[in-house]
Amino acid sequence: MKLMAENQIKNYTLNFGPQHPAAHGVLRMILEMDGEVIDRADPHVGLLHRGTEKLIEYKSYLQAVPYFDRLDYVSPQNQEHAFALATEKLLGIEVPERGQYVRVLFAEIGRCLNHIFNITAFAMDIGAMTPMLYGVEQRELLMEFCERVSGARMHMAYFRPGGVSQDLPAGLADDIYAWCDQAGPFLDDIETLLTDNRIFKQRAVDIGRVSAEQAFDWGFSGPNLRASGVPWDLRKSRPYDVYDQLNFQIATGKNGDCYDRYLVRIFEFRESVKLMRQCLDKMPEGPIKSTDSRVAPPSRGDMKQSMESLINHFKLYTEGYHVPAGETYTAVEAPKGEFAVYLISDGTNKPYRCKIRAPGFAHLQGIDMMSRGHMLADIVANLGSLDIVFGEVDR
Amino acid sequence: MDLAIKDLGEYIASALPQDITSTGLVLDELVIHARAPGIVKVVTFLRDDVNCQFKQLMDLCGVDYPEDEQRLEVVYNLLSLTHNNRVRIKVRTDEETPIPSVTGVYSAAIWYEREAWDLLGVFFSDHPDLRRIMTDYGFEGHPLRKDFPLTGHVELRYDDEKKRVVYEPVKLTQDFRSFDFLSPWEGMDRVLPGDEKAEEAPENGGDEADG
Repeated sequence: MKLMAENQIKNYTLNFGPQHPAAHGVLRMILEMDGEVIDRADPHVGLLHRGTEKLIEYKSYLQAVPYFDRLDYVSPQNQEHAFALATEKLLGIEVPERGQYVRVLFAEIGRCLNHIFNITAFAMDIGAMTPMLYGVEQRELLMEFCERVSGARMHMAYFRPGGVSQDLPAGLADDIYAWCDQAGPFLDDIETLLTDNRIFKQRAVDIGRVSAEQAFDWGFSGPNLRASGVPWDLRKSRPYDVYDQLNFQIATGKNGDCYDRYLVRIFEFRESVKLMRQCLDKMPEGPIKSTDSRVAPPSRGDMKQSMESLINHFKLYTEGYHVPAGETYTAVEAPKGEFAVYLISDGTNKPYRCKIRAPGFAHLQGIDMMSRGHMLADIVANLGSLDIVFGEVDR
Repeated sequence: MDLAIKDLGEYIASALPQDITSTGLVLDELVIHARAPGIVKVVTFLRDDVNCQFKQLMDLCGVDYPEDEQRLEVVYNLLSLTHNNRVRIKVRTDEETPIPSVTGVYSAAIWYEREAWDLLGVFFSDHPDLRRIMTDYGFEGHPLRKDFPLTGHVELRYDDEKKRVVYEPVKLTQDFRSFDFLSPWEGMDRVLPGDEKAEEAPENGGDEADG
């Protein structure tokens, strides 16, 4: 007995990351361990900090768009969407209906891209290798659509203030439709691998439970908030673009654990595919970007014919447009949660301040609250289920 | 009882007359200007009052206005799920005076206030853990201030002789270029604040051709 008392185990500090395959990028976490139980988790972020907000203050509004691709690089277009909506609000311009449908279509492609990646990466974090191999193939197909419409697989710079940069090329709508037809069976396959899988459930059920009150307190949003039983989706409560004309449902969880967060994302993926179909069905003909020549560049054909159009194009791509003084906090339902841009304009061609509200920042902060009292291996499950990408956390 | 967003502003202002200086709508978004010492009282009221129910702090950020005496502004963006409302609270401070931390009201504020401290140098009192968050260990200065250069002050590289990463003052191979984009040829009919050249031009509204 005396020997036991002397050999008391001291708390142990563990350095998790910054180069750890389960850290989803460059996360360094200082874990205070009591044996194998976590006493405290202190994430050190900022290793990927690039000063995006500072850089945007020195760029014109159009030049700021590509920075948004590089935040959450798993679903780039959804970030552009927030910036485009914020700038449009300050400018007071409307996007033509077709442009809005194209944006919603690609925003939902972004949601699929994100959820495939998160579901499969989460599975890989807790030991299931196979879903990732199938998921990446589907992501590749979706990124091909992005490439065909904008020229870039990931960093599209496609959603621009005033609309989108160009119309869908011929045949793309049919191919997206064909993809939608096989997306359901693909997800069924993933679900047979995971949803009732005994090992998967042992690692996910009742791990990292977050109550609705805790989720409010820590600023959770998106699937992580819905998994805690709160039916809140900005596409429903504050519809932007044409979401109010589309028919879709949102899922909520009961327990707010890792398994619920997984199930909510699975459900959202299916709803996204439904939304993509509806967009393709309802998409009207017409212009895809604003016809206001103060914001939207003239067509290539006009530029070859008219001097004024050429000058207009030159001015828009050098000086850019001036945005009337004002400020707005504009949020979209990005796949990870509420992604918002707090944009202050002082009337010049550059933003005065552009604060980016990234959902992952708030979620990662909650990992300490979620993981206390859990085993070391569970922090990996928590991290995976929160859907963290460091591009947006560190900005 | 649901209040329209404008009435809500008046309701909040009448409930806390000492702590709120003004309320108003900016592009249909409710903005409240508050006094810094009373910020905790204001957000607690907004969170708990039955007509407000702003249970979530979605965002907290700092803005720098170097020409003002109270140069630093802290902006709180709150969300009410019950009433589907948003509100924005603004407080001003200078470089020395601390702002009371709202971490006791919203736990989410811990990191947001750390970020505002790191990037803008807003000091928060009663914060449990006011360390830097975004910048490097041992970083000096507050990069989002307007007087902080875009290129920063130090750069780092791997020194092969010392076998470690070394910090050096930034050496630019080309001078940092900044262009004056505020041209007098603006075709828009709107007033452009900050463009002193525009004021000299005669008033000619409606001349917003494709120039």
